[in-house]
Amino acid sequence: MNTTTGLKAKHQRMVLVVIALVAIIGAGLLAVWGLRNQANYFYLPEQMAEAPPSVGQAVRLGGMVQPGSIETMADGVTVRFIVTGNEASTIPVRYSGILPDLFVEGSGVVAEGSLQADGTFLATNLLAKHDENYVPRELEGLEPHQKAETVAETTVGIEPRP
Amino acid sequence: MIAEIGLAALWLAAALAVLQMISGALALRTRAREGGGDANPMAFYARPAAMVQAALAVLAFVMLLYAFAITDLSIKLVATNSHSAKPFIYKLTGTWGNHEGSMLLWVAVLALSGGLLAGAERRLPERTMSATLSVQGFVALGFYAFLLLSSNPFERLPVPALEGSGLNPLLQDIGLAIHPPTLYIGYVGLSVAFSLAMGALITRQVTPDFAKVMRPWVLGAWVFLTFGITAGSYWAYYELGWGGWWFWDPVENASLMPWLAATALLHSVSVLAARDALRTWTIMLGVLAFSMSMLGTFLVRSGVLTSVHAFAVDPERGTFILVLLGLYIGGALALFAWRASSIAEGKRFTATSREAALVFNNVMLSAILAIVLLGTLYPLLTEAFDVRVSVGPPYFNPASAIFAIPMFLVMAVGPLLRWKDDTPRRIQFELSLIAALLISVVSLVAILGDYAILPVLGLALAVGLGVAAFLPLRGRKLARVPVAVWGMVLAHFGVAVALFGMASESAFTQERLAAVSAGQTESIGGFDVTLESVDPVAGPNWTAIEARLAVSRDGGDAVMLAPQARNFWSPPQATSESALITRWNGQLYAVIGDAAGVDAAGNARWQLRLWWKPFVTFIWYGGLLIALGGVLAIAGRVQVDLRRRTATRLGEERREGLRALGKGPKAPEPAE
Repeated sequence: MNTTTGLKAKHQRMVLVVIALVAIIGAGLLAVWGLRNQANYFYLPEQMAEAPPSVGQAVRLGGMVQPGSIETMADGVTVRFIVTGNEASTIPVRYSGILPDLFVEGSGVVAEGSLQADGTFLATNLLAKHDENYVPRELEGLEPHQKAETVAETTVGIEPRP
Repeated sequence: MIAEIGLAALWLAAALAVLQMISGALALRTRAREGGGDANPMAFYARPAAMVQAALAVLAFVMLLYAFAITDLSIKLVATNSHSAKPFIYKLTGTWGNHEGSMLLWVAVLALSGGLLAGAERRLPERTMSATLSVQGFVALGFYAFLLLSSNPFERLPVPALEGSGLNPLLQDIGLAIHPPTLYIGYVGLSVAFSLAMGALITRQVTPDFAKVMRPWVLGAWVFLTFGITAGSYWAYYELGWGGWWFWDPVENASLMPWLAATALLHSVSVLAARDALRTWTIMLGVLAFSMSMLGTFLVRSGVLTSVHAFAVDPERGTFILVLLGLYIGGALALFAWRASSIAEGKRFTATSREAALVFNNVMLSAILAIVLLGTLYPLLTEAFDVRVSVGPPYFNPASAIFAIPMFLVMAVGPLLRWKDDTPRRIQFELSLIAALLISVVSLVAILGDYAILPVLGLALAVGLGVAAFLPLRGRKLARVPVAVWGMVLAHFGVAVALFGMASESAFTQERLAAVSAGQTESIGGFDVTLESVDPVAGPNWTAIEARLAVSRDGGDAVMLAPQARNFWSPPQATSESALITRWNGQLYAVIGDAAGVDAAGNARWQLRLWWKPFVTFIWYGGLLIALGGVLAIAGRVQVDLRRRTATRLGEERREGLRALGKGPKAPEPAE
């Protein structure tokens, strides 16, 4: 491409600026398009029950681990539990892997993964609050070891503030 | 007393920053006259102010370091972040393992580099230097204000605490000694590049000489950033126990963005120094690079993000940094808009020249930067509309690859092209060699197995790039190749090595997750891993369960591995200590989890997670090679510079001698 050979310095600068702008704007458009498609949305159990994401779409589910629901499968590494939110809606979750340290019944949890065709949420990663300095953003305000009746008041961080 | 000395030193340093700013600015009002003329009497103070300020800021930091070393619990920062029972080395590193201390480190490094610039740099025209120091003083002042007004590290407690509350166990690691200081030196080195760019813009001195002054700063900052990112990646890899080396976490992105900008700037400033082209582009990148390190500071320090890195959430601090960010970046962009048109165009070049290849890759780097920036800010943006999203690898990997792949291709070819103008036909052999390598690796991997497209392309590009990195040496006498060229070759080869590690890790990693009882064996990647026992152990400030794993490959001798699940008690927190076996061709990564009930025979079982990651270590070897390449490039430039200075001095001595003998007429003007 020797078309720029005959250009004056000023014109060459113009050409470069245009090329750079086109590339950056292209990157911006690509980013916007990619973000709309690939961003990972956060769901509360009631939101997921009401308007479930499509099967297989990567999303996150956040809520409280229902007391008495954690159940370890025979292989020793797969657990099932139920996540509840402010309302009665519950979502069953399955996860294979090493559990985060403060993952206990009645505590807040954020599960990354996708909804399966049978209505189970298959988690690929679990985030739990593991010290006061590092709380998953969605779980701010949640305290571990809360009793079931206090769930409503401890989920202030995961419901839209009034 | 210690805290008060530190605080006083900080206030004095802030006052000197004001002096430096005013003195530098006044120097600009003096008309530049031939031979110096009557300089403004105030103009003299900028350099000494910068140097004394450096000493004071470092003194303040040393005072805090000392307070942490002796665990002075009357200081609030020490009481909230340290503990008397902590190992000594972590007491020291804990100095910057918190918000205030790390900002003090940042400011100390900023002042130190300002002092170094003022003390050592004599090549720039005095006016440009004054403008640069003035801008540097202005930048420093903002951070002193931030530190003194909203995050005073030396605040005393009304009543000294009985015991400190400890440091986050994830940070109780040797990584904390290395990772933050190197990154900060990198961030702050870019502030000098920014000040120099502003100085050159104000005094309209965007010349190759200016680029030669700027280059070592950019190179130095870039080396530290490269090293800091590499160290941080390895730290996260072995400390978090997740087996990953890059998570596209916003805080990781905050360090990647300045690196991308600095990489572009480094190449652009080289073009300016060698060819006097890309003048405005270099200035723009100088602004961009420092903007990104400020943005990184804002993201990490403001509490808008929650992560291991965000020590405290305080909206006031976030606002403060945001105001600083707006002030510096807005000011710089306004100045740029005002002055850019007065910078004459640089030298021209054709589309098939080395400059063009560098420009192309500069644009690609900027595009990747845009992708990362938008992906990092998007969750903050949607949160304003009460929609919570997170953005991860499914977005970042393909979107950045779209620009990275052409960039790697051009990077393989660019160094083979000549400056100004070249014909592709001249490098026909090299081009076909690289193309043949790419095609053969892609087809080979495609035959071997079914892998995702990006890792396969990554492997092919890595091989092509690895060979192409050495092609610029072809046909040259190796002993006479300048050190700086070796630096380039090594850094480009490092990119290939790192890329190979990344692609290999994502294509070939094997993972095994199982509940295992004592005596049971799991196989992965040709290794046999036997769980011998699980025992309780205790450290100075933690207790743990430790698994003893006997690992052997192909029936060879067993190597013992001991991953732990630790519980710290101050602050109470559990961490997972992974155990690694490193071979030349990869790493075995083992993590122990919870007790997992009993097996059919009634034996207790434990969760065990194993990974075999082929060539994963190449990622960090590559990073180190890139940094080493940068070091060689600096060494090469310094060597050339010293040689020139010696030659000039010898020439002058000779002329002096001749004059003393009464033979020499008037000494000719030195070449410089």
